[in-house]
Amino acid sequence: MTTPSQTVGPFFGHALPYEAGPEVVPVTGAGAITVRGRILDGAGAPVPDALVETWQADAAGEIPRRPGGLVRRGHGFSGFGRCATDAAGGYWFTTLKPAGIGGDAPYIAVLVFARGLLRPVFTRLYFPEDTAAHAADPLLSRVPAERRGTLVAGRDADGAYRFDIRLQGEGETVFLAF
Amino acid sequence: MTHPPYLSPGYKSTVLRAPAQEPIMPELGPDSVELTSPVFGHAELHPLDADLTRRHPGEPLGERIIVTGRVLDGAGRPVRGALVEVWQANAAGRYDHALDRHQAPLDPNFTGAGRCLTDDDGRYRFTSIKPGAYPWRNHPNAWRPAHIHFSVFGTAFTQRLVTQMYFPGDPLFAYDPIMQSIPDQEARDRLVCRFDLDTTEPEWALGYQWDIVLGDTPMET
Repeated sequence: MTTPSQTVGPFFGHALPYEAGPEVVPVTGAGAITVRGRILDGAGAPVPDALVETWQADAAGEIPRRPGGLVRRGHGFSGFGRCATDAAGGYWFTTLKPAGIGGDAPYIAVLVFARGLLRPVFTRLYFPEDTAAHAADPLLSRVPAERRGTLVAGRDADGAYRFDIRLQGEGETVFLAF
Repeated sequence: MTHPPYLSPGYKSTVLRAPAQEPIMPELGPDSVELTSPVFGHAELHPLDADLTRRHPGEPLGERIIVTGRVLDGAGRPVRGALVEVWQANAAGRYDHALDRHQAPLDPNFTGAGRCLTDDDGRYRFTSIKPGAYPWRNHPNAWRPAHIHFSVFGTAFTQRLVTQMYFPGDPLFAYDPIMQSIPDQEARDRLVCRFDLDTTEPEWALGYQWDIVLGDTPMET
């Protein structure tokens, strides 16, 4: 008798975002990468009232099992990030690039909540440099070739990974059925 | 069908935000990252985080309430150490949020946000103020029933749930496209807490009980 999902609504900003939520590792930490992107709706307009959460393994492929998702200092890498979108629909994280586990290509699990989403959408961010691993990845191989690119981040001029998420319409991001 | 469909045109914001393509299930289902969840600890929270009435020097206005219940998995087992976060409007129906333009007073003694971890029985408990109904411009004369937003982590990232708890007997239920987006009446009823005299504290606060059941993995639809 599962409890049904309801939209996060527009007014979660005083409750869910928290200090250093997007800093899965400190911005200047060793091995830190930056991920940024925008959440866009079916008209291509930014979604300024979305919340993005990420969860991932570390650089050795280990999944963190210790507390540390809410308070960053003194806990090290916790694997969890949370970022509310800004007025331009933008979000960002600083984190470590995860290692792939088993036969999977490295990825970050991404979850998006927003006003107008009655349930969250799950997706995965894959990294553009891992083309060989992508060819063998069990999920990517199930995705029609013309949509596969929606799961692979791009690269900005400053080296940050760019991962825009389109909720609907042309270039709609592939979402996962969880 | 427990969860609402993405597209629910009565709730206008879904029209341009609902994904149109069918979601894809990985061949072997969620994998090890998705089948685990972040761990939160007591060191990350303050005990007063669960009392929304004690975050400011003065007493907030409104009807003091205690909301408690258990977080359970699909098999009915308690989920221990789960982070439960809540947020809500004040007694006048206004959020402490810069973009809430409702012409109702802000309460300087009420922010309306709190969090706690479930105990060994999966139980959470918040002290708060009963939120007011508020207008939201989705359609003519649109008012949201009084509700508290809940955000819950389970043992798997795929169980992640954000939902809303409503209060029994609210006359606005039938007119609310967000609640009505859930097709099944029994499922809608599961979002309504129950008044509980045993939780009620004399001369202090009305008590409500509301259990949260997380989906099986993969997420039940």
